[in-house]
Amino acid sequence: MRTAVVIFPGSNRERDVCAALERATRQPPARIWHRESCLPDTDLIVLPGGFAYGDYLRCGAIAAHAPIMHEVRRQADRGLPVLGICNGFQILTEAGLLPGALLPNRSLCFTCRDVCLRVENNQTIFTCGYEAGQAIRIPVAHHDGNYTADPITLDRLEDGGLVAFRYCGPNGELREEDNFNGSARAIAGIFNETRTVLGLMPHPENATDPALGGTDGRAFFDGLVSALQ
Amino acid sequence: MNDGSNVTAALAAEYGLTNEEFERAIKLLGRAPNVTELGIFSVMWSEHCSYKSSKIWLKTLPTTGPQVICGPGENAGVVDIGDGDAVVFKIESHNHPSFIEPYQGAATGVGGILRDVFTMGARPVAILDSLRFGSPDHPLTRHLLSGVVAGIGGYGNCVGVPTVGGECEFDPSYDGNILVNAMCVGLARADRIFYSAAAGPGNLVVYVGAKTGRDGIHGATMASAEFGGDAGEKRPTVQVGDPFTEKLLIEACLELMEKDAIVAIQDMGAAGLTSSSVEMAGKGGLGIELDLDRVPVRETGMSAYEIMLSESQERMLMVLRRGSEAEARQIFEKWELDFAVIGRVTETGRLVAQMREEVLADIPVGPLVTEAPVYHRPWRRPHPKADIDPGTLPDRNSIECLKQLVGSPALCSKRWIWERYDHLVMGNTVKRPGGDAAVIRISSKGKALALATDCTPRYCQADPVRGGAQAVAESWRNLTAVGAEPLAVTDNMNFGNPERPEIMGQFVGVIEGIREACLALGYPVVSGNVSLYNETSGRAILPTPVIGGVGLISDARYAVDLALKQDGDTLILIGETNGHLGRSLYLREIEASEAGPPPPIDLIAERRNGDFVRGQIRAGRIAACHDVSDGGLLVAIAEMAMAGQRGVSLEDLPEDLPRVGFLFGEDQARYLLETGEPKAVIEAARAAGVPVRVIGVVCGVSLTLPDAGAISVSALTATNEAWLPGYMEQA
Repeated sequence: MRTAVVIFPGSNRERDVCAALERATRQPPARIWHRESCLPDTDLIVLPGGFAYGDYLRCGAIAAHAPIMHEVRRQADRGLPVLGICNGFQILTEAGLLPGALLPNRSLCFTCRDVCLRVENNQTIFTCGYEAGQAIRIPVAHHDGNYTADPITLDRLEDGGLVAFRYCGPNGELREEDNFNGSARAIAGIFNETRTVLGLMPHPENATDPALGGTDGRAFFDGLVSALQ
Repeated sequence: MNDGSNVTAALAAEYGLTNEEFERAIKLLGRAPNVTELGIFSVMWSEHCSYKSSKIWLKTLPTTGPQVICGPGENAGVVDIGDGDAVVFKIESHNHPSFIEPYQGAATGVGGILRDVFTMGARPVAILDSLRFGSPDHPLTRHLLSGVVAGIGGYGNCVGVPTVGGECEFDPSYDGNILVNAMCVGLARADRIFYSAAAGPGNLVVYVGAKTGRDGIHGATMASAEFGGDAGEKRPTVQVGDPFTEKLLIEACLELMEKDAIVAIQDMGAAGLTSSSVEMAGKGGLGIELDLDRVPVRETGMSAYEIMLSESQERMLMVLRRGSEAEARQIFEKWELDFAVIGRVTETGRLVAQMREEVLADIPVGPLVTEAPVYHRPWRRPHPKADIDPGTLPDRNSIECLKQLVGSPALCSKRWIWERYDHLVMGNTVKRPGGDAAVIRISSKGKALALATDCTPRYCQADPVRGGAQAVAESWRNLTAVGAEPLAVTDNMNFGNPERPEIMGQFVGVIEGIREACLALGYPVVSGNVSLYNETSGRAILPTPVIGGVGLISDARYAVDLALKQDGDTLILIGETNGHLGRSLYLREIEASEAGPPPPIDLIAERRNGDFVRGQIRAGRIAACHDVSDGGLLVAIAEMAMAGQRGVSLEDLPEDLPRVGFLFGEDQARYLLETGEPKAVIEAARAAGVPVRVIGVVCGVSLTLPDAGAISVSALTATNEAWLPGYMEQA
């Protein structure tokens, strides 16, 4: 399986996601500079975490207009899978590939720690490595992860099975205190209508190695490989 | 050229030069300096840049060893870690700016130390920050802590280098003068280290990075004077950071370093273009000619003085090999950074700066560096303090005292701070913040580095020699406690006004202690920074020599942490306990007394016990390990219990020691080990001549003392986690 990771000036988790992709696919991802206008043949496009263009103006706002994003949008429209993690999620919402927006965390502070996520829909290429309702432990590291959208959009996401992950307690229970960033309906990640685009704030790529304190992110990448190979 | 007739001794004094220093400058030039030159003398001879009060003492520190590739004097120290790899690291203070403007002061502190490391050709892989604030009751403390933490996070999180460790303490002596010391650790190929000495007359001098503005002018001079009541008015001397530009600069510089283009490289830190060009020319024994019209500027109408003295951030100066210009320019244009040829290397040995075809500064570089003032300031040792007799202390419930200690500002969990830092980015953090040392993996084969910062200022104040040695010993112990072989240190010497003999006495004593400990432990100093004049209105900070230690673990899988792992395991104490309570946290927090001397340091025992513990960890016998330091034995046990969320049942206490001394004394060279093979560990300890004692058994959910009751680990944890968030949430 071939993967392509888009690098913006200010991307900083591209190494992390490349390591996780390489472990799962057994080949190094192509690294695509933001100024390129076309993508190589690939089965998956990844927008990594970081602070693209310094997150100036708004998180992801400038990156959404980078030259490569025309091609990302075109490929996404054709149904090519696109994964946006953290800053990548912010860029996807700014680019209009996913609905809603990511506001500053409720605490107004950057937060880096392990959180629990409930897998809301496992019938997708991105989540088929998990059981439906499974609680997984994955780190977050962001300042602007407070997902918001109008009530109609939120209902549409819920009704369409387009909520991918929700912040939860250790056993999958939904409690207000676990929704640390204040996201609407504790949403941590969403799909587009065709479930071929996923944006999520947590970092599954940072939970793929037992030496680094967790492996719950492995099934994410392994599931992707089994679905796309 | 301006003849300098308008520059007088009185004006020089305003720029921080003494009469004698001004005379020296005139003699060296053969005429009076003009204003631009006066600015250059003033920063280059400031305490911050010249180390004029500390130099003679710093020279006494051990700086060599088989592992050392480059000791102090360059941008950062370089140590060999085998397989052709090198670790590059340094710690630096940004105290004064952080007090004036906490967010930007701390942010640019991180930016500056990152540049010191990647200037040497290393990719930064970790940041640590050692913070000291005033009393929690002081009206500024919450604001300063909040701003500093946000600034460190704002910068480090954006550049994508994990902040993996550090420390945070409170003491009223820092009320008007907080300490923000940032340490950066990077990785390089041992044969691809870049240095700052200019070479090859005719080679181009190139400016890269951000544009030059009017910020931070005379920051170095500001950092070399005490504060009066007007600290706020110095805000314009604080620089403003842009971590996004820094991230681009890191990538662009490292990409260029892959080519064969760079002869020399130096970041523009304190004293900006002045110190970077003087440094490069001085080290190369050559001259540099600068055309200031070519310097990329942020605003029009900047004078030569402003351009030479600006401390705008995210800028680098390089000397390029002939014919490399196009290749280098292409890389910086790709990263959308300024790239400008602003001068060339000359044989004249002079720093010549011109603007609009007029020479505005012309100074011989050699003498500017070698004739810099050096002071042998008078100093005085503090009086020795009388020992504390534990028998005179009131009898108290040990569990209640423990609860009070783990909930105190000194010992409470600092999670509120480190969860605001991205400590996971780069995907190599093996041991996260909150333990004895952070561990980061540095190769796919599992090689790892252990990193920690340490200092116990209350010890240094009572006995500078012991305090200096203790800071080094604790650093060495913290690295050992995760299973690492300590390699070398970087030191950040934070003190008050060196013109006062008692402050200079602290400095001299601390250096003596550091020297003794570094020699005994084979733990050389490879880089460092001195920050003096940490005083406000005549009140000095506690002497605070922060030691940043780096150790090597050959296989990250053998790294241990402090969390208890398994019910039924035995908890063993290594090292001798004499119940030393002088300057202990128990005395300070429970008895409100800061009396007595700090604990004695036995460097032979330190080495023997540490080598033993490391050997046991490598032998795979140790499930968890923790050094016993602030708060003493019972606090250390509680910290292990909280980290693992497991209880401990303690054995009977020894009868030959007062209970309070045994449980809360801060005797050094001690470790707690959790093991499933107590017999083997005890036998090995006896064979190695290491004091050993069984402390208790891991079991249940409570910490139980034989005759003082029990406390649940969850209650301890709640107390430990409560103070800092509670404090910060108060409006």
